[in-house]
Amino acid sequence: MEVQLIKIEKRSDVSRSIYFLTPVLAIFLTLFGGGIIFYILGFNPIEALKFFFITPISDLYGLSELLVKATPLCLIAIGLSFCFKSNNWNIGAEGQLIFGGIVGGGVALLFYNHDGFYVLPIIILSGAIGGMLFAIIPAILKTYFNTNEILVSLMLVYVAKLLLDYLVVGPWSNPEGFNFPETRQFSESARMPILFDGLRIHAGIFITLITVFLSWLILYKTYLGFQIKVSGLSLKTAKYAGYKGKIMIIIVFMISGACAGLAGVGEITGPIGQLHRNISPDYGFTAIIVAFLGRLNPVGIIFASLIVALTYLGAETAQIFLQVPKYTGQVFQGMILFFLLGSDYLLFFKIKFLGLKKNEL
Amino acid sequence: MYKLFLRSLISVLFLLGFSLNANAEFKVGFVYVGPTGDHGWTYQHDEGRKAVEAAGIKTTYVESVPEGADAERVIRQLAQSGHDLIFTTSFGYMDPTNKVAKDFPNVKFEHATGYKREHSNVATYSARFYEGRTLLGHMAGKMTKTNTIGYIASFPIPEVIRGINAMTLAAQKVNPNIKTKIVWVFTWYDPGKESEAAQALIDQGADIIMQHTDSTAPVQVAEKAGVWSFGQASDMQRFAPKSILTSIIDDWAPYYVERSIAARDGTWKQQDTWHGLKEGMVAMAPYNSVMGDDLVKEVEQLQKDLASGKAHSFTGPIYDQKGNILVAEGAVADDGMLAGMNVYVKGVEGDIPQ
Repeated sequence: MEVQLIKIEKRSDVSRSIYFLTPVLAIFLTLFGGGIIFYILGFNPIEALKFFFITPISDLYGLSELLVKATPLCLIAIGLSFCFKSNNWNIGAEGQLIFGGIVGGGVALLFYNHDGFYVLPIIILSGAIGGMLFAIIPAILKTYFNTNEILVSLMLVYVAKLLLDYLVVGPWSNPEGFNFPETRQFSESARMPILFDGLRIHAGIFITLITVFLSWLILYKTYLGFQIKVSGLSLKTAKYAGYKGKIMIIIVFMISGACAGLAGVGEITGPIGQLHRNISPDYGFTAIIVAFLGRLNPVGIIFASLIVALTYLGAETAQIFLQVPKYTGQVFQGMILFFLLGSDYLLFFKIKFLGLKKNEL
Repeated sequence: MYKLFLRSLISVLFLLGFSLNANAEFKVGFVYVGPTGDHGWTYQHDEGRKAVEAAGIKTTYVESVPEGADAERVIRQLAQSGHDLIFTTSFGYMDPTNKVAKDFPNVKFEHATGYKREHSNVATYSARFYEGRTLLGHMAGKMTKTNTIGYIASFPIPEVIRGINAMTLAAQKVNPNIKTKIVWVFTWYDPGKESEAAQALIDQGADIIMQHTDSTAPVQVAEKAGVWSFGQASDMQRFAPKSILTSIIDDWAPYYVERSIAARDGTWKQQDTWHGLKEGMVAMAPYNSVMGDDLVKEVEQLQKDLASGKAHSFTGPIYDQKGNILVAEGAVADDGMLAGMNVYVKGVEGDIPQ
């Protein structure tokens, strides 16, 4: 019997522009693949794609909703980029988001019926600290006990979720709420200011933009950023250069956790306005796709978060207008990641066909 | 300045939307918390939607809408895209529904199982599921050998507590030695958690399993363990043919059709609806013949009496766990007391999680 031999070789020269263009290619392939799926489902693919990607943002309200949805994704992904760049696999941003929400929400409840300009900043800050503290746990366990940060951070998501469940069902539930699993609506002083009447876009977007700018500054203009990148490229080099690896691991987890905590506190003081069991539709996990789609680059992540946010909105409009199942949104997210990873593989590796050879087995 | 411009632009867009809607075809929108294929809560709401469609009215639905920040957008989109009546079918949509209703005074909103009607275009509706629980209690009291009834409960809200109490009272009436054991799973739909709860209850000696959660997992566990069970929300008989004695069915179809026609014809009014066996919003699946003809006849009679008002699920004397009287002998609990029910009756084990 004869078999085809294949050799996979690492490419030595990968052009930078192509590296940043492959996400765009992945998006086009996704559109193409999505069109085929819509066609198989019996819809006109062009019309369906229009309902999916154009209709949701064809008015001011839609654009505002896109930003509302993209804000937490962008924040979390920016934080994750610090971890991922330095080869630290923080998979538990969802838990850090929830824990930040819990801490921020607790402070908001403490300030119930309390006016003052300082209320909201305190809540936001405590949310960031909450997320940060929660992210330190896997970092410390990794640095001092050699545990696997993927497992620890992931399992802590359940801890945060169950803690939130306990709080909103029990001690923090609304005393006038007939035991329903939710807290009171926060006071006005604890809510993010709305930027335009009638729209939901809120001041949280400025926090996100500032965070993006600071991240760019840290990653590309500071010694810390240089250390992070070097450790990501080669841990041995970093050690040889004398970088303090342990401290750095803890710092990137802290940054990542703080960003996720900010996202959580932005959701509860922004569009939601209270704590309940569903403060995040898995933003922490979706942000992993966003981080990679954005090439772990602050500007790239802004675009990636907008595109992924659009897949959520699109799934809703497509269901309203065409009665396409809502899960197509997740299919699109999956396809984007699939095509991105696929094209990355072909970008970094060469596949050589070595011809047929006799199989000796 | 630009803010003023934006504001006027938005109002023009809104007005344009309204005037367009006025000419457009009458449409009804539905927002679901789960997938239409859950075989429980959402499935039954979708059956109701299909009935509206069959009555010649166009409908739209959005499924699996999380009860967080997304709900408001979906409800608003339905209102904006020319839907004239919108049913939001989960408790967590309460605040978003009222928020959107404020901005769309010409659109009617109906929110299931909530209590806030902040604007004149918001109605609420729910079903007297507890009447069905009374029937289950009667059957459970007669069928149990271990005198232990296992109850899988979702959240300690009045609706769920009412069901536990109604069931226990009815079971005590036919079997004074009955005990009700409860496991709180704090979810409406989680097959894994629900089946663990069912198994735990069976391990504690329950030979009857009932659920106030929406998946078919508990009845399937009961079927395997060879104990009796009751289906929830839809007829779950095919998932546990031997074990299921009957199911409580939520039948939203007549209400949805009636309200949709009223909204179309301009006779829709704000109201708080609480329908039960009488109106058919609560219905019972066929009774399993293994219970024997006598018991089936008894239950059918009780069902008729509850529907006609001759019998009431909460007839005094009713005592709480400490023995304090809740409802005096001969009296029945009024709707206000039922709506805010937050104590167990005597015979239920454990405390309500607070």
